Amino acid sequence: MPELAIRELSASVENKQILKGVNLTVRGGEIHALMGPNGAGKSTLGNVLIGHPNYQITGGTIELNGTDLTHKTPEERARAGLFLAFQSPVAVVGVKLSTFLRTAYRQVHPEDKVSLQQFYDRMKVHMRRVGLDESFMSRSVNDGFSGGERKRFEILQMVMLRPKIVILDEIDSGLDVDALKLVADEISEYYNDEVGFLIITHYQRILKNIAPQFVHILIDGKVAMDGNRDLSLRIEEEGYDWIKNA
Amino acid sequence: MESEYSKDAEMERLLEDLRTSNIRKEDWEFHDNHKPTYSTGIGINRKVVEEISDIKNEPDWMRRFRLKSLEIFLAKPVPTWGPDLSGIDWENTNYYTRPDEINANKWEDVPDEIKDTFTKLGVPEMEQKYLAGSVAQYDSEGVYHNLKKVWEDKGVVFMDLDSAIREHPDLVKDYFCRAVPATDNKFAALNGAVWSGGSFLYVPKGVHIDMPLQTYFRMNGEATGQFEHTIVVADEGSKVHYIEGCTAPKYDRNSLHSAIVEIYVKKNAQARYTSVQNWSKSVYNMPTKRAWVDENAKMEWVGGSLGSKVTMLYPSSYLRGPYASAHNLNVSLAGPGTVKDTGAKALHLAPYTSSKIVAKSISIEDGKAIYRGLLRMNKGAIHSKSHVQCDALLINDKSQSFTYPHDEIYEPTATFGHEATVGRIGTDELTYLRSRGLSEDEASSMIVLGFLDDVMKEIPMEFAVEMNRLIKLEMGKLGAVG
Repeated sequence: MPELAIRELSASVENKQILKGVNLTVRGGEIHALMGPNGAGKSTLGNVLIGHPNYQITGGTIELNGTDLTHKTPEERARAGLFLAFQSPVAVVGVKLSTFLRTAYRQVHPEDKVSLQQFYDRMKVHMRRVGLDESFMSRSVNDGFSGGERKRFEILQMVMLRPKIVILDEIDSGLDVDALKLVADEISEYYNDEVGFLIITHYQRILKNIAPQFVHILIDGKVAMDGNRDLSLRIEEEGYDWIKNA
Repeated sequence: MESEYSKDAEMERLLEDLRTSNIRKEDWEFHDNHKPTYSTGIGINRKVVEEISDIKNEPDWMRRFRLKSLEIFLAKPVPTWGPDLSGIDWENTNYYTRPDEINANKWEDVPDEIKDTFTKLGVPEMEQKYLAGSVAQYDSEGVYHNLKKVWEDKGVVFMDLDSAIREHPDLVKDYFCRAVPATDNKFAALNGAVWSGGSFLYVPKGVHIDMPLQTYFRMNGEATGQFEHTIVVADEGSKVHYIEGCTAPKYDRNSLHSAIVEIYVKKNAQARYTSVQNWSKSVYNMPTKRAWVDENAKMEWVGGSLGSKVTMLYPSSYLRGPYASAHNLNVSLAGPGTVKDTGAKALHLAPYTSSKIVAKSISIEDGKAIYRGLLRMNKGAIHSKSHVQCDALLINDKSQSFTYPHDEIYEPTATFGHEATVGRIGTDELTYLRSRGLSEDEASSMIVLGFLDDVMKEIPMEFAVEMNRLIKLEMGKLGAVG
C-alpha cells in the first residue's frame, strides 16, 4: 500500500518562507482534505510536492513508499507515482494532447506495452466520462481550454496515468455543478485501497461530493489542526478565525 | 480514424529520431587551415572592385556594373529601421578571398583541405544520394560543380555564375540583376560591386527535374565576406527544386554574408527554393532574394534559419501574371544573443494571383524573432488573395517576439487575412510536462515536433534535430532546481 510521508517540510519561494514544518501522511485508501485560508501555503505545498523548480525546500523530507523524493526532479516524482492536478494548468502550445498523454504514460508505466490504438480507445472512454469531446485529442495541451475543460483534462490525466498518490489542488474551481459531479464521479471511480488522495481546497464544496476521512487545517505554513469530516463542516459554518485564535 | 493513429505512430517515431540523433553544431563550426591564394585585403574601394573584375577577366559591361554598384553602395546609408547593424566592420572585412585556382567537376580534383571540409559537411554524399547536380562554393569562389549527364543532355545549365558568364554570356545577361537591381538596397549594391560565385541554374521549357539541385556555401576565413549571386530560371512549363545550404566556423570577429538570389518562374513553371542557413554566431546575414512569377506559375520559398548573429531576410514574390502564386514557409530560430528579422513580401501585380505565407519563429532566451512582411495588392489585381500566418514560440520566461505586417491594398476585390499565435514555454510549462513524467529531452522534442508539425514534411530532418538540441539546452536552464 502506498504511503506519502511529509515530515517537517519547510519551503520558500523567492526567499519568502511559506511552509514552516508541515507534517502529513497519506496512505492508500485514504482521502485527506487540506483546508486553510488564502495565503496559508496550500498551493505551495502542492508545487513543492511535485518539485516545481521555483520553490526551494529549506528543510524536512518527502518520502513515497520509503523512497526519499525531497530532491528528486518532477519527472522522477511522477514516475514514482505522484500526481498533482494543478489549480491553474498552463497551456503548452503545439504539444498535442493525445501524444503528450501517450508519451507521459510510457514514461510512468514503461512495463506496459499497450498499443497506441488500445491506449487511445481507453482514453476516449475516459474522455466521455469526464465530459471532454474526442476532438480534444488533437488539440494542444490546455490551449484555448476553458477553466472547466482544463480541470476535466487534469482528471483525465489522473485516470490514464494511474498514480498512487493524487493531490488535487482546488479541483472544483471553474467547474459548474454538473461538471463537478462528473469529475467527482471519476475520482470516486478511481479511488481504491491502492490510491491515496490529498484534496487541497479552500471551500467545503468538493468535500460534499468526495467525503474525506481526514481533515487538516493549514495556517501560516503549518498544520494547525487535524480532525475528521466534522472539522470541515465547522469551517464552513465558522471560517478559520477560531483556529487562528485557538 | 486509422489515419489518426498512423500519424501519431509517425510522431512517436520522429520523437525517437530527434532524441537519438547526434548532429551537433560543433560538426560544422570547425575551420580548416586552407590558405587563400589570393585576397584583395581589407576594406572596399574602387581599386578593390577593379581588382576583382581583373581577376575574373570580365567583360566590360560587368566591370561598369560593378563600379556603378559601388557608387550606389557608398551613397546609401546603413538601414536603421531594423536590427542594430553597427557590428558590421566595413573597413576590416575582406571582400574577396580566393582559394586555390580550381573549379573541378570531380571531387578528386578539389584540394584536400577543402574537399575534407565538404566531406565533413556531408556534401559529396548528399550529391550522390539525392541530387541531380551540385555546386560547392568556398569563400568567394566556386570550387566544384557537377550536373548529372541526363539533365545536361536536356539542356539544363547548372554551374557557378562566374563560369556561366563565360560559357553562356547572353543567357546570363538576360537575367542578371533584373529582379534585384543594385539600387534596391545597400546590401544588394554591395553585392553588385564585389559579387563572386553563386550559382546559375537554367531549366529549359517543359523540363521537369525530379531530383533537387544543390549549392553549398562555406565561409572559412575570419572577418570575410561572402557575396554570391544566384540566378534560377525555370523556363515555361518546367519544374525544379533548388536547395542551398550554408555554414561557417565561429570566430570572434564578424563576417558578412550578403547574397543576391533571383528566381524567374516563367509561364506555367514551378520552382521551389529551399535554403537551410546554419551560419555561426559571428555572421551578419543580409541577403536579398526575389522571384518574378509569371502567368500561372508557382513559386515556393522554404527557409530554415538556424544560425547567424543578425539575419535580415524577406524573400519576395512579384506575381506578374494572372494566376501566379507564391508560397513562403520560413522557420527561424533566434538563439541567445541573436536577431532574426525575417518575413516575406508578396506583390500582387496581376489578376487572380495568390500568396500564402507561413512564418514560424522560436526565440530562445534573449533571442529576438521578428516577422516583417509586406503585402501589396495593386489596383487591377482582381480577386487576388493572400493569407499570412505567423506562429511564435518563446522558450524562456522573458523572451519576446514581434510582428510587423504591412499591407498596401489598392484592389477592392482582393481578399487577405492575417493570423498570429504566440506560445510560451517557460518554467511553469516545462514543469507541467515534467510533472507527468516527461524528461526534458522528451519535453523539448515534443515541443519542437509540435511546433513544426504542419511543416515537418518540408523541413530537412537535420534542421529539426539541431533546433531540438538548442531548445533542449535552454530547457536545462529553465528546469534547474534552484
